[in-house]
Amino acid sequence: MLLEACSLCYSVLYSSILAVLAGMVRLITHNLLACHAKGCTSNNFPLQFQDAAIELRDAEFNADFLRGFLPRIEWPALVGAARQLGDASLPAEQPEMLDDEFLQKLHHVLLEIHVEEGAMVCPNCKHVYPISNGIPNMLLAEHEIG
Amino acid sequence: MIPTPDLSHLKSADFEHVYEPAEDTFILLDALEEDANDLRDLQPRTCLEIGSGSGCVTAFLGSILGSASSLYLTTDINPYACKCTKTTGAQNKVPIEPLLASLASPFRRRLRRSVDILLFNPPYVPTESDEADSAQQHADIAGAWAGGRDGMVLTDILLEQVESLLSPTGRFYLVAVKQNDIKGICQRMLERHGLQGEVALQRRAGREHLFVLRFRRQQPAT
Repeated sequence: MLLEACSLCYSVLYSSILAVLAGMVRLITHNLLACHAKGCTSNNFPLQFQDAAIELRDAEFNADFLRGFLPRIEWPALVGAARQLGDASLPAEQPEMLDDEFLQKLHHVLLEIHVEEGAMVCPNCKHVYPISNGIPNMLLAEHEIG
Repeated sequence: MIPTPDLSHLKSADFEHVYEPAEDTFILLDALEEDANDLRDLQPRTCLEIGSGSGCVTAFLGSILGSASSLYLTTDINPYACKCTKTTGAQNKVPIEPLLASLASPFRRRLRRSVDILLFNPPYVPTESDEADSAQQHADIAGAWAGGRDGMVLTDILLEQVESLLSPTGRFYLVAVKQNDIKGICQRMLERHGLQGEVALQRRAGREHLFVLRFRRQQPAT
């Protein structure tokens, strides 16, 4: 059996040991995360950002990667999350033509917006997944593991 | 020759909490390097490493594939490991996204049949079962090696999930030792999940006989 309840005290302990590091929760990752608490199987995606502190950082542009990854993206969830973080550059409908202008916008939203602090909250069961130093804590307590 | 990732930013104090790369890590790096051309040809978009520890393996994979060619996700239940993974990514210019999570749990819905490269160097050392449970509970360094009965407690859980995670052309690399029953693992993956396994690399290192197993979906009969 996996016991995960102690994680929080550990992260508090360790964060004082290690210097603050560059965070990495980006919208590309957020788009792949669903609530996995016990019994929470519908309306558990996308997680809603709460009190998000963001940073913008340049990332290397790779059009092939973006084209290849796009089929794995849930478009409305991406657009919604970006708007929640104050970026309204993406169209509500996913365009059919993947021109360079669109790919540049997609690149920025997916890869250059970093959520450093805050939380992600399940829209269904309201489970809170905290983000600290850019690392999301997706662990569940033992009684929450499905 | 792909250089071993630079870990000079990690100090001995870090390795009190996080598993320091050793022979089992290096055999996985060697297996990935041998497959480097194949892996590039697959054009992987999503790579996921379970139990990333120091971050050495995913940093190495990133240098094989190119830092902007794929998304590099890692999980670990040890928060200290997540931080080391992140700094190792930065040190080696590979943008790794570590998550504090158990196995692939938070990705199972959205990465269904979408992981192109899945890596797991599990706690494979046979120990008493409660030793493995307690190690996972404390999410510290013993969790990196204490594997419970046959050294397979954690591996068994992940093996049941691999098929649902792998993309159509996806590959799964698993580190194991002889006591884990290599033949049994491959047979089970084929019979229960239709995944073909083979030994990518094996070697003796001290008392351990180490293996890297490579799994992929069965090719349709021609």
